[in-house]
Amino acid sequence: MAALTPISRKPMSLVLPTVAAAGGFFGLFIGTSNGSGILGVLIGALMAVIGAALYIFVLKNEKLGKWLTIALYGALGFLFGGLAAAIVGLLYGWFIQWFSYWLYEGRYRARLLPYLTPGQVLWHYAFRVICGAIFTFLITPILVVMPLSFNEQDFFTFTPEMLRLDPAGYSLKHYQDFFTNNEWQRSFKNSLIIAPIATIISVSLGTLAAIGLSQSHVPGRRAIMAIMISPMIVPLIISATGMFFFYSDIGHWLEGTLGMNKTFVGYVKVVLAHAVLGIPFVIITVTATLVGFDRSLTRAAANMGANPVTTFFRVQMPLILPGVISGGLFAFITSFDEVVVVLFVGSASQKTLPWQMFTGLREQISPTILAVATILVGISILLLATVELLRRRSERLRGMSPT
Amino acid sequence: MTDATSQSGPMLAADGTPLKKSLARALRMQKTRALMLIAPLLVFVLVSFIFPIGKMLFKSVENDIVVETLPLTVAELQNWDAESGALPDEALYAAFVTDMVVAIEAKRHTRLGTRLNYEYTGMSSLFRKSGRKIKKLDPATDGPFKEQLIDIDKKWGDVTTWAVIKTHSVKITNGYFLNAVDMQRTPEGAQTQPEDKRILIKLFQRTLFMSLMITVSCILLGYPVAWLLANLPARTANILMILVLLPFWTSLLVRTSAWKVMLQQQGVINEVLVWIGLVADDARLVMINNQFGTIVAMTHILLPFMILPMYSVMQTIQPTYLRAAKSMGATNWTAFWRVYFPLSVPGIGAGSILVFILAIGYYITPEIVGGTKGVFISNRIAYHISSSLNWGLAAALGTILLGVVLLLYWCYDKIVGIDNVKLG
Repeated sequence: MAALTPISRKPMSLVLPTVAAAGGFFGLFIGTSNGSGILGVLIGALMAVIGAALYIFVLKNEKLGKWLTIALYGALGFLFGGLAAAIVGLLYGWFIQWFSYWLYEGRYRARLLPYLTPGQVLWHYAFRVICGAIFTFLITPILVVMPLSFNEQDFFTFTPEMLRLDPAGYSLKHYQDFFTNNEWQRSFKNSLIIAPIATIISVSLGTLAAIGLSQSHVPGRRAIMAIMISPMIVPLIISATGMFFFYSDIGHWLEGTLGMNKTFVGYVKVVLAHAVLGIPFVIITVTATLVGFDRSLTRAAANMGANPVTTFFRVQMPLILPGVISGGLFAFITSFDEVVVVLFVGSASQKTLPWQMFTGLREQISPTILAVATILVGISILLLATVELLRRRSERLRGMSPT
Repeated sequence: MTDATSQSGPMLAADGTPLKKSLARALRMQKTRALMLIAPLLVFVLVSFIFPIGKMLFKSVENDIVVETLPLTVAELQNWDAESGALPDEALYAAFVTDMVVAIEAKRHTRLGTRLNYEYTGMSSLFRKSGRKIKKLDPATDGPFKEQLIDIDKKWGDVTTWAVIKTHSVKITNGYFLNAVDMQRTPEGAQTQPEDKRILIKLFQRTLFMSLMITVSCILLGYPVAWLLANLPARTANILMILVLLPFWTSLLVRTSAWKVMLQQQGVINEVLVWIGLVADDARLVMINNQFGTIVAMTHILLPFMILPMYSVMQTIQPTYLRAAKSMGATNWTAFWRVYFPLSVPGIGAGSILVFILAIGYYITPEIVGGTKGVFISNRIAYHISSSLNWGLAAALGTILLGVVLLLYWCYDKIVGIDNVKLG
């Protein structure tokens, strides 16, 4: 669509006021932080207009204008507010110069349909800005956590040193605390014990059941499906309450009658509870993969003399493996992330990482939580990438074009 | 063909059995095999999920502690009329002492006291204190007991004490459910709690209200984003999708702590507002430990659950529909409102039900950013499970919540159809 719309230079009556408005908007914030909002708006608007006029009438060289503006605003920022302000200045300089040319050359129309009215063009960009704001809302909290985890101080907030980008304001001590503190390490280890075992249980049972459900004649399929999905649709607090009553009785029985070790019983309880919670995800993803599975392949295998077990492992399993793995990842993250059930069912020796974070947030606020949070964000990026790759692979295998 | 087979007897399979029989056997085998594959998981889910839920339902009405601890007393209480205003006679006091001595031996009397204390404050300490003294009595020889008990604690000479025991001596009680809706079981039937004790109805209302607010803000924020994602070229949409999926995959605790960092008085938002001068340093906004904090944080946490179903529905809506509408003279707004929006309603429905049900049962986030004004009914359930140990009330609250959720599913199934719910 890019070449559809011819673009032309726009009149100064459009360019200058708009650039002035942008400059004024930015100037407002600088102005209010230095005492006078109105003065800030005026100076910002004036500088933006002068800049735009200079590019258009005097300089007539876009590249040169860009570097000059960036350097100018960067230097201004550095003079008034140090390193951090210099970075803001550099970014703003780049933006205002790009914005001026974007308007002046009419580039904003280049990617749009030629027959749109000015109002529609304005709405198009206003809509993008709104969506941008929502995306910012989605991603900012996660990004904010990361720099804060390198805080030198034991605060949950940015210190002046951090804002000045002073290396002394940053340290790795919260990471060090996480890796050396016994309590954090024990809870991390507990998470690493509980989540994989729960995942293995839910994946193995779930895959079998999904294969069973995908057969053509299953009596009462809807009811069975509803029962298996129910751990996902019942609010967690209710599941946790039910499990609390159930597992406290089971625990008493295992410890009292069978004389099992208390810690071991605790792990069994939490693992079973988490396995149930992960099952719906495995069922849903594996069933979805099986929908695209060509049934004649198993018949062909049987035709050539393979028994059902061989058929399953050599034909069916490799094809549905991506679905199984992504279902497993869902189950893993469900268990790895779960607090409510483990709070209700487990005891102190089964304290998992999220539980430790929960108590940390409620009682002693330590930035170690933020270090842990940053590590967990890293893990979730890895998981997200894996699931995405698997999804594409699965679509390729099924002969669909990757989207 | 049917004629041909009927003339020469039933059609036979290769091994000589009638084809019909052979087919039926094959079908049966297939069914059995499918069921065998499903069975392990079905049993597992039934035992470790459906059964516990059933147990919770039962716990919310179960009340055999009084009958089990004081069997003789309960039998005697049947002969006593609480309405008369007169104290019970000596036989009841004797039965009570006999029961108590057994209970004290088994250390069960304090549990009974705790149970009755939920209904009538002071019962717990009454049972604990009297227990120490009743232990020294011998039911066979030390009678009569009426005077002695009233000497031990004058509450035993109070008609209310006995009336409370009598009211709660039934095995299956509606007492917990009445408590859950701010009423109580009294000798005169169900009555509302005193004004200062009525908190649960308010909490239910608040939970519903806030879940609704969260759902609405998720729709408002999610709709434009889903629209953008569905209408951009696939490559760009995939990149932007990461911004939606990353929060979705990030640990709940991480996001909750992030909001704590953002919303505090010394938090990032306040610092930025102060820095750019929009808010004075001594008038920082209070955004945490209230309803606002809970709504903002939970909207953020649940937004992906709204965007993903909306996106998958919007992907199936042809952009040509809008162009066709416009070519026939519709304005932008009419084209959107009359053509696009009705087609996207299943997505909104699926997202809303998902978000609302998740929100209504949330516990962690309100607990951390909600303070006292922004908590949900689930926080109350957790409180009764872990702190006050009033498990019956917790079970009753859970049962009511479960009922609300199931009702919502039912409505949803009627309106949109449950099969329309898609994940991603």
